[in-house]
Amino acid sequence: MIVQTTQPLIDLSRSGDYFWALLPEIFLALWAMGVLLADVFQKGNRSEPSRPLIPWLSLGGLFLTALLNGWVFARMMPGSETGTADWGLAAGPAMIAMDGVRFFSNYVILLAAGLAIVMSMGYLDRRGINRGEFHALVLFAALGMMLMAGSRDLLMVFIALELMSIAIYVLVGFDRLDARSTEGSLKYFLLGAFSSAFFLFGIALTWGATGTSDIAQIGELISGGAVKVTPMLLAGMGMLMVGFGFKVAAMPFHMWTPDAYDGAPTPVTALMSTGVKAAAFAAFIRVFVQGFGGAYEHWVEITGLLAMITMIGGNLVALTQGSVKRMLAYSSIAHAGYLLVALAAGRGSGVAAFLFYLLIYTLMTAGAFALVVANSNEHGEERVALEDWAGFAHQKPLLAAMFGVFLLSLAGFPLTAGFLGKIYILRSAVDAGLAPLAVVLVLASLLSYFYYLRVIVVMYMRPARTPDEHRHAWLPRPAMAATALAAVLVVGLFFFGGVSTRSVTGPMRWAERSAATLFSRPAGAQFPAGAPAPAVQPAVARLP
Amino acid sequence: MTEIYQSHWPLTFLIFFPLLGALAAWLAGEENAKRVALAAGVVELAVAIPLFGAYQPGATDCGMGGAAASQMQNCAAIPWFGEWGIFYRIGMDGISLFMVLLTALLLPLMVLGSWTYIRERRRGFYASLLALTTGVVGVFVALDMFLFYVFWEIMLIPMYFLIGIWGGKERIYAAVKFFLFTAVGSLLMLVAILWLFLRTGGTSFSYFDFLNLQLTGSQQLFLFLAFSLAFAIKVPVFPFHTWLPHAHVQAPTAGSVILAGVLLKMGTYGFIRFAVPLFPNVARAESTVWWAMALGVVGILYTAMVAKVQPNAKRLVAYTSVAHLGFVILGIFAYNLQGMQGALMVMIGHGLSTPMLFFLLGMMYERRHSYEIDDFGGLAASVPLLSTMLVFAAMASIGLPGTAGFLSEFLVLIGAFGAQPWFALIAGLGVIFAAYYMLPMVQKVAFNALSRPANRDIPDLNGRELAILLPLALLIVLLGVYPKPVLERMEASAAQVLELARQDRLAPDPVNFVPDVASSAAGR
Repeated sequence: MIVQTTQPLIDLSRSGDYFWALLPEIFLALWAMGVLLADVFQKGNRSEPSRPLIPWLSLGGLFLTALLNGWVFARMMPGSETGTADWGLAAGPAMIAMDGVRFFSNYVILLAAGLAIVMSMGYLDRRGINRGEFHALVLFAALGMMLMAGSRDLLMVFIALELMSIAIYVLVGFDRLDARSTEGSLKYFLLGAFSSAFFLFGIALTWGATGTSDIAQIGELISGGAVKVTPMLLAGMGMLMVGFGFKVAAMPFHMWTPDAYDGAPTPVTALMSTGVKAAAFAAFIRVFVQGFGGAYEHWVEITGLLAMITMIGGNLVALTQGSVKRMLAYSSIAHAGYLLVALAAGRGSGVAAFLFYLLIYTLMTAGAFALVVANSNEHGEERVALEDWAGFAHQKPLLAAMFGVFLLSLAGFPLTAGFLGKIYILRSAVDAGLAPLAVVLVLASLLSYFYYLRVIVVMYMRPARTPDEHRHAWLPRPAMAATALAAVLVVGLFFFGGVSTRSVTGPMRWAERSAATLFSRPAGAQFPAGAPAPAVQPAVARLP
Repeated sequence: MTEIYQSHWPLTFLIFFPLLGALAAWLAGEENAKRVALAAGVVELAVAIPLFGAYQPGATDCGMGGAAASQMQNCAAIPWFGEWGIFYRIGMDGISLFMVLLTALLLPLMVLGSWTYIRERRRGFYASLLALTTGVVGVFVALDMFLFYVFWEIMLIPMYFLIGIWGGKERIYAAVKFFLFTAVGSLLMLVAILWLFLRTGGTSFSYFDFLNLQLTGSQQLFLFLAFSLAFAIKVPVFPFHTWLPHAHVQAPTAGSVILAGVLLKMGTYGFIRFAVPLFPNVARAESTVWWAMALGVVGILYTAMVAKVQPNAKRLVAYTSVAHLGFVILGIFAYNLQGMQGALMVMIGHGLSTPMLFFLLGMMYERRHSYEIDDFGGLAASVPLLSTMLVFAAMASIGLPGTAGFLSEFLVLIGAFGAQPWFALIAGLGVIFAAYYMLPMVQKVAFNALSRPANRDIPDLNGRELAILLPLALLIVLLGVYPKPVLERMEASAAQVLELARQDRLAPDPVNFVPDVASSAAGR
């Protein structure tokens, strides 16, 4: 590990520097308000659908935020191009993290939000719910997600979580005249509020045990031995785990998921199963790997158990679903289990595997939901029952082929990036000495073959009921382009995901570097008096 | 020309050209897809044939793997995921050579065989067929375990579609069963590959690096089982064979042909190339040999009896595959040169005679829309040419002297006799059994009274159909009477496998079963 001698350009002990550290988030917040206002000014007092400009405006905002995100990451963090950025632990307490995990997750979140907005084009009109708040809410939710993925303080995590959740509650019930949408929203809201209480309680207990709510400092204190692992801390960890478990939809905290996913407008479902999950997992990883990393042996078993239950349970229940949308909801629970395996693997390669899988998972899941959007009838009602897909491949070969790619990738089949992501997680698990978890993962993905393949069977091998049954299956051009791009990426990343040369850094290497920054120590970091400097082993050394 | 055939380019071409062909066939449209596919198949074969002449047993140094790679030619090692030690690492020895040639030979024949058989969604069909070829060729030349696994798995998808879309009435059941059986085995193999990868220090997926690992007895046992399960399902070895009859009966002709012709050989090839040399101490242990040979012999006898009572000709032929591949298993686990060469010869011979039978059954199906033996009878009178071919193919399958089957099964029996005389004796009965199930079928189909009017006015073989059958028949006879060019090319490679199998790579026992526990625990 090369120790940076240059002083960071952003010093979070100076409050003025927060502006630069938070530039992408601040920009997105302003832009989201702008989108809201633009919609109002455009429509005035009339009750009519939003103009097509609004989604494009939102996409533009997301794109610019992504550029800013990259700019802050690259320019404000010397050494970030070479993977030697050393900002993981800025000296003293700080609210926001400056490390690769945050910026990588931000990209994934912005990608997920962008895909959700592209997917909603046309979809909202067909369902008659095209109102400008939708796009503004997606942006606000994305903002909450970004903050959540980047928070370095438990309280900040909580605020971001609420910001994200409130926007999502509204989005789930966005079709307020639809009973299932409202039901999903209410369920999600009630259980979400419940889980927030757990989360807050966990923060309080952790604060009580360690005297700080700064995640990096908690990490220093615990791994340095200044704070013993007391029952109070354990209880705090447990509460936090329950809170995160709710948000990432791990079993047995998943009860809200199927109804909320099924009832929500499909673009929102896609956003929930990708962006929300990415954000919650990023915070989960930061709190547990960085914060409670010193108490690894206290939470690895329970996380592993959670992962096993989630993988097996999610896949088993997905097997029994007759609705493709619901099947995808349960499959996303199963994928949360795979990500939990990466979390349980902990340091270094576990975090890298997690980030890489997150990117791929977002592409393939959003793509699969886009296909659910595509298969609708002339009234814009989705045809989600398995039988509604019969003969789809004969009438819509391109759409079916794309769905096939996404499903095979979700199943983790070679030639798709899903395979690579799973290999990466498997590798990190075996590397961390969690071989049984790896075997369970493999067996669970075997289960998943059944239901992913079933959709392919129905699409390709069953005849359609009428020769023009699927004539209304359609994606508007931007959504088609985005979905096709996602499909190409899902295949392409298999071949080029690991490529990295002097000029090109493949996502895999990128994820490794981003993960490594989570463990890097700043030059001259101040440790609390009395605590010996923790022996943080640079994780990058163990990465190939 | 000769320089090119020393490089990896012919193999790379053979792997990826069918993929291009698949794309072209898809773009060519419904009408022209078959023409494009035929052109692609002919090119593939034309490129493959000179490999036979260019192959010099034990002539070159491959530049990787040391002594273990001394038979490998046309090698390449191009970084793919360099940081993980994943390479595009290919090469070919005398064993791979004939599997690649067989695949390339069957490809154009399969296209011809589907010429009129496939009437719906033709471009998808030919694209699948060509994509399948990519996976199959890749499996036979991959020397990087990651690459091998990728090819092994991707070949599943086109095959799944071939059965599931263009198959018979119960095609979906058959396709799903095929897929899941194969997937179960290969996933465990994946874990084993990853485990071995971590044993190399997480630096290499190279087959040759895996060959240098020292493993304890129990490690070798578990890994051998994980690999063997994948291969045994594919072969299929006796208790894992239940997917095969369904897949064969439901698959379209071309699907059955490639399934019997090369896909099943991927399993036996896996034993020869991977399961045995990688874990030699377990693979040649007495109990392993006993079990493998017992399963092989049971496969030979049991499936022969099951085949006898099949009313469906295609199902009958499907069961004969299990019996023939039982001989291959017998030959491999005899661990002597005759056995190994015999096994390889059975793989080739079976790869010619069984596809021929399936082609013939497909032709009969096109004429009468039935595979039921009882629906035929007296074809010798109405379609003499077809009947002649059928009789010939059946004789080749039985292993009549003068055909490839005779020599190869004879070699296997000699080899097995040297190792386990009793098993060899019982397996010898299998040769008789082959006549016992095959001849009545031929008699009922070709020679009984021409009792059904429908069989009277069917056309005899046309030029296209003869073009499919004659090359196969010719090769069967050629291999039966003059196998020397084939044997001399594979001898050194077979000996090499045996030498690897005789290695002692047993590590002293108590070693951490999970790699790197100590170092990763210290990392926290």
